[in-house]
Parts: sequence; structure tokens; C-alpha cells
Amino acid sequence: MIQFLLNNTPIEVQECSPSLTILDWLRTKKGKVGTKEGCATGDCGACTILVGEERINANGQTSWQYKTMNSCLLLLGNAHAKHIVTVEAVTTGLYPNLTDLHPVQRALVECHGSQCGFCTPGIIMSLLALYINEPTYPGKKAVIHALGGNLCRCTGYSPILLAAEKAYSYERKAEPYSAMAAQFKASLNTQYDGDIPFLKNGPRKFYLPQTAQQLVELKALYPYAHLVAGGTDFAIELSQNMLLPDVIISLSQVKEFCTLADNNGELHIGAALPYSQFVEVFYNHYPESKELFERLGSSQVRNSGTLGGSIGNASPIGDPAPLLIALNASMDLLSSAGTRTIKVADYFIDYKKTVLKSDEVISKFTIPKRPESLKLACHKISKRFEDDISTVCLVLAIEHSQNMITQARCAMGGMAAIPKRAQHIEQKLISQSLQVSSFIDAATAINSDFTPMSDVRSSAHYRTTVSKNLLQRIGIEFCEPQARNNNNIAITRISHASL
Amino acid sequence: MRHFEMDKLKAQGGSVGESKYHESAIKQVCGSANFADDNPEPYGCLHAYPVLAPVTSGFIKSIDTSLALAVEGVKRILSAEDVPGKLDIGPVFPGDVLLTSHEIQYHGQPVLIVVADTYEIARRAARLVVIECEQTTPILDIKEAISKEHWVRPPHSLNRGNSENAINNAAHQLKGEISIGGQEHFYLEGQIALAQPDNDGGIHVQCSTQHPTEVQHLVAKILKKPFSFVNVETRRMGGAFGGKETQGAPWACLAALAVYHLGCAVKMRLARSDDFKLTGKRHPFYNHYHVGFDENGLIEGADITVNGFCGYSPDLSDAIVDRAMFHADNAYYYPAATIKGNRCKVNTVSHTAFRGFGGPQGMIMGELIMDDIAAKLGKDPLEIRKLNLYKKGRDTTPYHQTVEQHILIDMIAQLEQSGDYWARKKAIKAFNVSSPIIKKGLAMTPVKYGISFTVQHLNQAGALVHVYSDGSIHLNHGGTEMGQGLNTKIAQIVAHGFGVDFNAVSISATRTDKVPNTSPTAASSGTDLNGMAALNAVNTIKERLINFITEHFEVDSQSITFKDNLITFSKGEISFSELANLAYMNRISLSSTGYYATPKIHYDRAKGEGRPFFYYAHGVALSEVEVDTLTGENTVTRVDILHDVGSSINPALDIGQIEGAFVQGMGWLTTEDLQWNDKGQLASFGPANYKIPAIGDTPAEFNVNLYNSANPETTVFRSKAVGEPPFMLAFSVWSAIRNAISSVADYKYTAPLDTPATPERVLSAIEQTASWFKEHQHD
Repeated sequence: MIQFLLNNTPIEVQECSPSLTILDWLRTKKGKVGTKEGCATGDCGACTILVGEERINANGQTSWQYKTMNSCLLLLGNAHAKHIVTVEAVTTGLYPNLTDLHPVQRALVECHGSQCGFCTPGIIMSLLALYINEPTYPGKKAVIHALGGNLCRCTGYSPILLAAEKAYSYERKAEPYSAMAAQFKASLNTQYDGDIPFLKNGPRKFYLPQTAQQLVELKALYPYAHLVAGGTDFAIELSQNMLLPDVIISLSQVKEFCTLADNNGELHIGAALPYSQFVEVFYNHYPESKELFERLGSSQVRNSGTLGGSIGNASPIGDPAPLLIALNASMDLLSSAGTRTIKVADYFIDYKKTVLKSDEVISKFTIPKRPESLKLACHKISKRFEDDISTVCLVLAIEHSQNMITQARCAMGGMAAIPKRAQHIEQKLISQSLQVSSFIDAATAINSDFTPMSDVRSSAHYRTTVSKNLLQRIGIEFCEPQARNNNNIAITRISHASL
Repeated sequence: MRHFEMDKLKAQGGSVGESKYHESAIKQVCGSANFADDNPEPYGCLHAYPVLAPVTSGFIKSIDTSLALAVEGVKRILSAEDVPGKLDIGPVFPGDVLLTSHEIQYHGQPVLIVVADTYEIARRAARLVVIECEQTTPILDIKEAISKEHWVRPPHSLNRGNSENAINNAAHQLKGEISIGGQEHFYLEGQIALAQPDNDGGIHVQCSTQHPTEVQHLVAKILKKPFSFVNVETRRMGGAFGGKETQGAPWACLAALAVYHLGCAVKMRLARSDDFKLTGKRHPFYNHYHVGFDENGLIEGADITVNGFCGYSPDLSDAIVDRAMFHADNAYYYPAATIKGNRCKVNTVSHTAFRGFGGPQGMIMGELIMDDIAAKLGKDPLEIRKLNLYKKGRDTTPYHQTVEQHILIDMIAQLEQSGDYWARKKAIKAFNVSSPIIKKGLAMTPVKYGISFTVQHLNQAGALVHVYSDGSIHLNHGGTEMGQGLNTKIAQIVAHGFGVDFNAVSISATRTDKVPNTSPTAASSGTDLNGMAALNAVNTIKERLINFITEHFEVDSQSITFKDNLITFSKGEISFSELANLAYMNRISLSSTGYYATPKIHYDRAKGEGRPFFYYAHGVALSEVEVDTLTGENTVTRVDILHDVGSSINPALDIGQIEGAFVQGMGWLTTEDLQWNDKGQLASFGPANYKIPAIGDTPAEFNVNLYNSANPETTVFRSKAVGEPPFMLAFSVWSAIRNAISSVADYKYTAPLDTPATPERVLSAIEQTASWFKEHQHD
């Protein structure tokens, strides 16, 4: 059985299609139609909901944390033990007045921030999460990062940006959801009998193992089960490509897979830990990685998606892979035979083909301690800055001694059937002096490393040209102190509001 | 045609001119504003999903539905043979086929529908139908269509003077060409219709459409029934932008067809990827020009050809390409002009209306020509633009309409000053010299956009106003609400007319059984037409009330005023609600229809002469951009807009339209990249690979002001239409990007820049500019 809290109502489900998303469940089974389907692929944000999750801090205190997710990507089974908050719970009552509204709703009305109103419930939920998690107005850039995954086709966003700030101008409204959730969780804990939460519909099943042991046993029982973590990719296979798997095993609540440790700078990141739960630790050591993580999907996707999902999926265009490869990260693969550790760089074989064996599951990633002289550059090129798939993703990590490059690891996405190292470029960089011309020279090896494709995102010619130019940009940023002007603005970057 | 003394009404004060919130705003933020998919489904409601053709061009050889029929929950599969009436649903000219049984003309063209218990089952089963086809070679390239004269409608041209001579005799000549990308509407609410049998033996359709009357007509025609058999209802749309003018109809027809055969309610909703594949978009265009001008840059003659990429059928393309031709001058006077327009037939979905209706694809030619002349003469583009503006004595368009209002001259002057054009231009030039990688650009572009449907009979509207005996008011009109705030504005007009509070007016869904024979809510005309019709209804009721007061209280009608919920006359006053009750008790009718038809317009298409537009709406935008010369990435850092909405009925809603249109136009010109692959399949078929602007793309500084000027024509409260015109202000962004790129050659050359100006196209233009400069550096 799956149990969770919907607004203020405890829900128990057992008989249900294992591939049902929360969005479809809300709209077709519960009549909760305030949550809209704009695209059903996690790109528009109209179906944004809040998902509350119990967290335990270092002192053992529990609290509930509310984050936005795309309900079209959240499988019903993954909601177990969570608190789903929909737009219907923000202001209750049939005919509220302006002053009855929650501050984020009132602000949006007063700023004329809804026109057709279809994206509006999603916008409200993203604004609400921001309001709950930021006690004071966090600034325009934070608003942009919070709402980058909420598309609006009518307003041009100006009034929405204004509303995000205006919401803080009224008397602050307390968050009522944690208290509901704590009560629900207490009753859930008293009922819990150690069974693996599951859903079934005829022969089709969904399992939500809570421990690595349970997972390994299930995987042995159902070797061809489909694995899912955050579901940001897999849910689309189910709802749009109409995949109908017999057995789905979700890794999202395997507690060993949701850990995070910083051992003197060596990072251990559980494969099922969503991005938003580890990036801050990552930034402590690699602030340069913000360029990728802040632009990876949307806030909703970063609250659901995981490293295990991205790497496990073996997409040639996922942004984490080039970063992990360039940082010489390794990954643990768990099976009933135990755990083996491999380099992320050795994981990919060919398009969507990897060294992962059928009984193995990715459990953890380890990023080595940052070498003292490491310089890291992460560059993403896409048609749009926010919530877009990389045309090219280039990550370069070099080490240097005095003025000489001693080590180089360069990995790129979007340039081949797999995320791949640029070994010719690396070789051309090593032993060169740390100056712009070394990078421009090394860039000429791009054709030895890659023969990219032309597709909907760009031509092969652009991919090659821009990769070369990015190496030049990196050279300037690494080597020229004047790469930032007097106002600390990079002379190599445009000033897009989301950067 | 009757007109109203608006200035007198206005002096009375009231709702008009106030920034009222959108009438549904509170419901929208609470998630309780229901769209067509949100209302509870009728008991036993079935779901239909289309079966799509697997090839781009060819003929169906066989269809095997056995696997689909075997799926549990599948009720019926319907084909063209099951359509009792007309199969062609072309809105103006035939060519749009509801379901094809023989010839396939674009990839994904609907062949059948599967009707099943649930949406998921219908969709899953639709994929199990096997269609075998004989493939033929599709035409996908517009230049191939042009060379083969493959048209959906015959070519047409506008002529004034002898442009060939004028060009040849001019001191300078220039030629140029541009490919202009299409645009997916990306209304957040996809296409949907729910049809059900009604209690009176007919069919009731709730759907997301800008044109309920056309849906009514088409449903009736495919079912071989009178129009009165069908009632179409639209409360609100989750965005439309032209994409629900004709494109909402097929799904409503198919749902109604299923109702006809199965006798129960049927819903049809397209998944987003199929909505992308099966609905028309803004027409891509390929245009070229030849102009002659003097040493100052003053145009003497222009020869412009616009080629619209229409897709497989006419749909609205005749009028869309006409509008592109009407706007190829934008705000500039061509003393002699030849404007040719071709409607090219290619094997894609049939392209359709989209905010601007071809106007943008024509208007870009004016801006392209101005920038190219400036580069050629080494002058600032703004100088060239100002020089060529329509002005008194230089005021006849290529279609022989006289431009009577010349406020653009003043609007540009105002923005030049408030936007600090010349100082910023100087600062940007200095910045570009010192910045090797990032280049800035600045451009100011005007918009002059013609208001009226160019199909004359559409310029009419109806409304229905009831005053209940407690003084509350029910309003209905023929326009549809898609987010633009039409209902809000018309409620303001009605409240203003009666001198009552805005809240006294309640608005209900647009229904063909309430207001018949309506025009689409399109061409920016919603408020102009329906607002005037509603005001007409109000005035009819008011006239009865005034007559009643005159008799009942024995007062002079001249002394009667309606203001602040009170009716004041020489002997006293009475509240509006008391008056309503009193009038009812004295058997005075408190309900009226209202009707309006736009005056003055006429057009002889064969001659290309007349006054197709009642008036023009104007705007000016000044945009500043940054361009990365290593990657082609670009961003808009500041935009200043001055826009002419006449006397605004609701400044907040008008500014919302301007901002939204600008950002949508910016998306069309920068990130929104529609692509079809070489097989004719749409390659950018969802929001994952088709990128509309996101929140960070909004200009970092965005100043929008309304130009203070009443419409000289007698429109409703002297306002002007606002839906489409500001879309084209976004040319300032495209032009500013060209300006930034041009700095690479010290502004001596301006490279062609097709749209959308994606990072890839911008980088390619930069490379071209740099290599030109290398060659000509020492000239």
C-alpha cells in the first residue's frame, strides 16, 4: 500500500496503475483540477505542486521541507509518506475576496500577473515554495531560478516578477502544512509493519523498497523490472511514449541511496538524492559547477531528478556526466554479489549502452577531493538559458604547476553518442603553459575528438565551432586577470538575468 | 451606422479608464477558473483520439484496425466514411479535410479516430492501427514550391506608381532577402473539445475556440444538420494567439461526430506533442526586396515579394499573405511600390493565424530595408527610419489608403529623448571598441498596424445585456476570452454606460445560442467590435429608462444622468437598483441586444485599392542587447516602449498585452526555432526542443508607457486595438542584434540575419561580418 497526505486528507492506495502520475491521479481520480496539464513532459510547470518531505537535521530534529515538483513527472508510488500540496489548499473557500488570499495569490492579482490563467496555478505553487522557504524577499535572481520552469505565454513575466516581491509587502502568513504533515506521519509510523510499499494493477506492480537489501532482493526477483528514481525522464516514457512495464522498482526511498557525505572534501552522493539536496555541498568545493546545476532542467526538475537517474539513463546530453567525468568521479554499482566501483568515464559504451549489468544498480557517486591547483570551467550552450537541453556542454578541469598545465580532463556532452572525454584536446593542453594561446591551440584538436551530429538543436558545424570558441573563452577566463572588468563583470559573458 | 457620444459619457466618470483586475483573476490564482478539461465529465463520457498518417505524402493502401479494436475499452473506430455530411472543413476555401481516407498531405494527418472509455486507452489504441501507404515525394522546400508555382491560392500583387523605373533611376539600389521562421502558438491549454447530446435533440459543444460560430457551422455541416442543431460554448481559453481561430474546429467536429454515432458525451484532447504536429503555426516566409533610394537614404521605389509557407491547404492563408503585403511598408512611405505575395503549397500542416496574421512577416521587410540602407550609406538606422516615415503629403500606402494620423513622428521623438538614444548609442560604440568578445547593440523600430479584418463582412459584432429587477446586470457578447481581458473591458464599458459599479456586471460564457453569427475574436478586434455592440445594447436600455423617467417623474430628459449607481434628474434621484425595479413594475423591457458594424472601410481587392483599415495602431520600441561573439548567445538588457492604444479602457490590461506581445515577438525572433526534418516530420514537437521565452528572458529593464492620444476615429471610448500591434515592437531586438553584429565591421556592413536569431545564426552572421571586414578593411 502507498500512503500519503493530499492537502489535509490522508490517502491510501493499493489498486492502481503503477504508471499513473500524480497529475493524472489528481485530475482523473480526485477531481482536483486546479493543477493543469500543459505539456505532461515537465517542461511548462503548469502542473507544479508542492511536495513536503520529512527531514532530519544533524541534531536529530525533524522538520518538513516543501519543494516544487512537476506532478506530471511524479509517479503516484513515489509520493509515499510525503505531503502533496495542491493549489486548492492555498486558499480555501468557494468565493474568496482579494484580502482572503494568500500573499502570493493576492500579489499576483494586484500585479495583473494572470491573463489566460492556465499557467497560473503552477506559478502560484512556485511562488508559494519561494515564500515558504525564503523568509524575506530573496532578490530577482532567486525568483528567476525558482520560476525558470514555469512557462507563461501571455504576460511576458514582468508582472510575475513584480508579484514575487510584492508578496513580501503584506503581513507574513505562516506555513500551515508542516503541522498537518507531522500529524499524518505520526499515524503512519504507528501503522508501519516493515512491508515494502507497493501498488498493483492486475499483473503490473510498483515497488518502493526502503533499504538496499530490499532492493537487491526485488531486483533478483524481477531482473527485468524498470528502475526509476526521480522519474523526470521515465515518467515521460510512461505517459507519452505509452510504455507499459510489468514491474517498476523505485529507488527514490532506498535510504542508503539518499545519503550525502563530505569526507574532508571527498564527496559521496547517493544515487537517488535529488540535485537540490546536494548541490550546496557541491558548490562548497566546486562553485564553478553552478553554471551547470543552476541551468539543469528547472527548479522542479532539480527537486526530483538525481545523479543516478541521469547517469543510469545514459543520455548523451545530460549535463552531470561531463562534469563527473572531468572531475574523475567514480560510481558504485550494487548487486547481490556486492559492490564494484568504476570510473564514470568508463561507464558509457555507446548510445544508451553502458557497462551496467542486468542485476546491478547504481548506488553512489564519489567525487575525489579537489586538487589544490585545479581550475574548473563548466559551459553550457543552448537556445534558451533556462530549462533547456544542452546543444553543447563542455567541462574542463586542469591542474597546473607554476605556469604549466600538468593535468587536463575535458568532457563534453551533445558531441557524440555518449558523454565523452576529449582526449586529443587534453593531450594538447598538458605540458603547455597556462596562457590563452594554449587553449586556442588545443581547440584545433576538436575534430580529432568529435564528429558531432546535426539535429534539432544545432548543426554539426555550430557544435564544432562553438566548442572551439568555448575553449578560447575558458583560456581567457583562466589566464587573464582582466577577464573581469572593474565592476567584476566577466568581459567574456553576456549579462543574462539568469546567469 | 449609429455612433455614440463617447466624450460625453466619459466626462461622467466611471469604470472606463481604470485598471480593473482581470474578471477571473481571483479564480485563476485559486485554481478554480475552470477550462474545458476541468468541468466534471458527464456520466459515461468517452474519449476520442486521432490515428495519424505515418507518411508525409502519399496514398493510403490499407488500414488494419484489428489490434486497436481488440484493446479492452475501445468502443468504436470512426473514419471519413462515417461522416454523414461535408468532409471538408476549410474555413474560407475548401482543402482542409476532417479525416483523410485516400490522399495524405502532411505527416500525421488524421485518418481515423478511436473512441474508448478513457483518454489513455484511446491514445494507446490509436497507435496500434496499422496504415500502409504508397509514398510520393513531398514538396518541403519553399523555393521548390515557388519555382514549380505550387500555390494554395493564386498570387496577388499591390501596385502604386512605376517602382521599376523609380528604383532604376535612383542614386542607389539595394537587394536583400530573408528567411523568416514560423512560430508555434504554445497556448498553455492544448486543443480540447467536449461534445454531448443536449436535451433538445441537438449537440452541445464546450471547446477552446476563438470562433464558436465557425465551430457551430462546421459541426452542423459535417453532420448534415442545420446550424441551430449545434450550440457551442466557450467560457475561457488557456491562451490562443490565433491558434484557436480555425484550429480548434477539427477536434470539436470529431468529438461531435463520435457523439452522433455513440449517443453519449465524448471528449477529445490532444497531447502536447500531437498538438504541435497536428495544428498549424505562424507561416514561415521567404521574402526579398529591391529598393532604390537617394544619397540621404530616402526611398524612391520598392519592389518586395513575400512568399508564405502555407502548408497543404488554404486555411486562412489568402488573407494572411494579404496582410503581410499590406504591412510590407510598416511605417514607411514608398513613393512607388510593387508588393507581390505568393501562397506556397508544401507538405506540412496547414499554417494559420497567429497574432499579427502575416503582418509581422511583411513588416520585417520595412525594418530590414532601413537597416540595410543605413549600413550602405554609413548612417545611423534611426536617421533613415525617421526620414522615410509617412508624413503629410507623403501619406499614401501601396494599397492607396491615406495615412491620416502621423503620431509616430512625435512618439519617436519622445522615446529618443526618454530612452536617451544618442548618448547610449555613443556609449555603446565606445564599449564595443573596448570589448573584444561581448558586443552591445541598440535599435529603435516603429510599428504601424492596420486595424480591421481585411475580410470585410467579419467587421461586425453582437451583444446581449440584461438588467435584472434588482439592478444587477448580465452581459454576454460574441467575443471570446483567451486571457486578453476582453470580458473585463466590456464589463467596464457596460458598467460605465449605466453609471454603476464594475462589480454589478457579471459575465458568462460565450454561446452561439445567446449571440449568433459572431466573428472570430481575432485581428485585435475584440473590444472594438464587441465593446461597441455591448455599448449599443446598454444605450438601447438606457434610452428606454430615460423615456420612462421622463414620463414617470415628469422631468426633462436632458437633466438625467447615470453616475455612481444613481440616476439624477431635475426633481431628484433614484438608485439604479430602485430604477430597475420601478421600470420592471411599469413593464419596461430591461433586456436588449446590441449590434455594431465598422464604418468607413472598403476595399477592391482586384484593383488593390481602398481603405481596408478603419485606423492604424502605433508603437515604438527601443531595445538594447548583448551578443557573445564566441558563441552567438544573446540577451536583451533594456527595452523602452511607447505604445498607442488611443484612450485606454484599462491601462493595466493594455500594458499587459504590450509586454506579453513584445516577449512573444522576441521569442519568435530569437529562441523559437521550428524545424521539420528532411522527411517532413516536425522535429521540434514539444517544449523540450521548442523554446518559448522563460522568465529570465524578460528584458532586465522593461519600461512600457502608453502614448497619450485619443483615437481620432469613433471607436469605443476612443480606444484602440492592442492585441497584435505590440508583437511587432520586437523587431527592435532583432535589429539591435544586427546592430551589435555590425560593430564587428565598424558598422560598415550588416550581415543578413534570418530569424529566429538563434545563437547558431548569430554566430554565423558574426563570422560573415568578420570575414567581410577582413576583406574590406583597407578599402
